[in-house]
Amino acid sequence: MSKGSRAVRFRGGGLGLFIQSPLHIVGTAFLLFLVYVAVSNIAAGDYTLRQFLQNLIFGLAQGSIYSLIALGYTLVYGILFMINFAHGEVFTAGAYSGFFTMYTFAQSGFLQENTLIAILLTFLSGTIASVMVAVALERVAYRPLRNAPRLVPLITAIGASITLQQLYLRLFGASARRFPDINLYILPDVFTDLECRVVDGVEQCLGMDIIGGIYPVEIFGIALRLRPISFIVFFGALFIMWALWMFIQKTKTGRAMRAVAEDKSTSALMGINVDRVIVTTFILGGALAGAGAVLFVIIPGNGQVNPLMGFFPGIKAFTAAVIGGIGNVPGAMFGGLFLGVAESVGPSLLGISNQLRDVISFGLLVLVLIFRPTGFFGEVLSEKKV
Amino acid sequence: MTLLTVENAHTYYGKIHALKGISLTVEEGEIVTLIGGNGAGKTTTLNTITGIVPTAEGRILLNGDDITHTPAHEIVSKGVVQSPEGRKIFTRLTVRENLEIGAYQRNDSAGIARDMAYVFERFPRLKEREKQLGGTLSGGEQQMLAMGRALMASPRILLLDEPSMGLAPLLVAAIFDVITYLNRENGTTILLVEQNAAMALIVANRGYVLQSGRITHADDADALRNDPTVIEAYLGGH
Ligand SMILES: Nc1ncnc2c1ncn2[C@@H]1O[C@H](COP(=O)(O)OP(=O)(O)OP(=O)(O)O)[C@@H](O)[C@H]1O
Ligand SMILES: [Mg+2]
Repeated sequence: MSKGSRAVRFRGGGLGLFIQSPLHIVGTAFLLFLVYVAVSNIAAGDYTLRQFLQNLIFGLAQGSIYSLIALGYTLVYGILFMINFAHGEVFTAGAYSGFFTMYTFAQSGFLQENTLIAILLTFLSGTIASVMVAVALERVAYRPLRNAPRLVPLITAIGASITLQQLYLRLFGASARRFPDINLYILPDVFTDLECRVVDGVEQCLGMDIIGGIYPVEIFGIALRLRPISFIVFFGALFIMWALWMFIQKTKTGRAMRAVAEDKSTSALMGINVDRVIVTTFILGGALAGAGAVLFVIIPGNGQVNPLMGFFPGIKAFTAAVIGGIGNVPGAMFGGLFLGVAESVGPSLLGISNQLRDVISFGLLVLVLIFRPTGFFGEVLSEKKV
Repeated sequence: MTLLTVENAHTYYGKIHALKGISLTVEEGEIVTLIGGNGAGKTTTLNTITGIVPTAEGRILLNGDDITHTPAHEIVSKGVVQSPEGRKIFTRLTVRENLEIGAYQRNDSAGIARDMAYVFERFPRLKEREKQLGGTLSGGEQQMLAMGRALMASPRILLLDEPSMGLAPLLVAAIFDVITYLNRENGTTILLVEQNAAMALIVANRGYVLQSGRITHADDADALRNDPTVIEAYLGGH
């Protein structure tokens, strides 16, 4: 589609804004239907602000994990113009490594003694495992195909994804493993009425359990039940993304990454080791996926680890990256949060089963591809290029 | 002392035989120009020297060391710096970041800061636009940035590929000023590829004429300027 026609579309207001082709008519009809269902649900009083807030907070936490994974897709795409379809398996590696570490700690009692250190070491091991798989993928599967037509590494990526799934299946077995329950109590002096139990006739209160706990809270007169872990995951992911952003914008290596993304041969003329920068990109993507995987399994209720577990988070994060505009770093961050909130808020808002949340994600992908094939942030990028 | 030697270099693009046995030398402190028509192989010669395209046959020596198969990014750290044809500045990096990328191989922050100040003094336009994205600069400003970026690498030998291409006459003069200045004041050795042969032969000590992947003339710049066949073909003969 040419730039001109897009510009015209934005200038023309009203319904003409959407209708450019038969596909747009279908898309618009679908959108209007969704709005109608949502509005009638709200009007009928079947949907409450309480539900919305509850789902919003959960969705932001889940979405921030999608963002972390989506960044891996977008970083690799930005530099190699290929979709690393095996990125979901990079995520799985982090989850398994995190699981084995935490399981060992739980068995030995170290988890109960030094909970915080156990959690940090779990993050470390998850991140390292994901980085190793990501780097191996680049070295074995993608580097030999650097100059091949673009379809070839794409097919290889799908092959690598299946190979890794089978490898995990052989190594770890098909059965799902349950991530250990973690309780980390903080500030017993502040939260004096939480987690209390009677020991030998004396009441003891442990404080707030920021991993396993769930507590009633009242905000603006609305009674909610919130998990502190949602906030920890959300702000933790935000912090990691901020660190990534600073790395890309402010460091010498980050600058070299941006240069290589724009023009590889000129970058080499500047003395940049292009191969090393590409490996760095895979390391970053792997580290984000590994950290995301541990955050994912730590959330109570998510905690199943199995060989195929990377598929859905992977494909959703890919969707998030496309929604944000693939290759665009802020786009991936936004896309992940957007998707997480949409699939968390969506089912109850539309009055459909929570099982259908995946349908919402992929429905959104279709809508975005119909109306804005470059994703939300894609346009900004191409305008900057001109 | 001979800084750069190309010995009987052959280069291919698939089946296309682009360089058919090029030999040339550049002495320390010289300006040498490489002239020739479109498709003669000038850019390919520079890309062969800097390792962007592989040399199929022949050798490239820097100070007597064989660099024929050294990876491109390592050749830069040996002081061979190419400013590519068509400027190729990074449009999504700021002006300052482009200059910093030029100094990528260096670790002497004091020297880098000094060279940055020098570039900004030499091209005040770049200073004014320090924080702008490279892609927003005009063609002339981009060419200045490309020159500045090459300077930031603190080259021993600078390979310039058509630095005056597409510029207004006044800017062409300014670019050639910088070239002579660099050579005289900084002692930078320069291998200059130009379609503007008249200008190139004024600033250069020696020149080579390239035609269909072969060197047809090699002489002092003055001699080439007065050679009837060169005048006929490259100086808009009369
Ligand atoms: N990437 C490439 N793939 C295939 N052939 C190429 C490639 N680059 C150059 N060539 C061919 O090699 C020959 C030499 O090209 P080169 O770019 O070195 O010429 P040049 O002297 O720099 O020309 P110009 O003045 O137009 O820049 C030409 O015939 C060109 O078509
Ligand atoms: Mg050329």
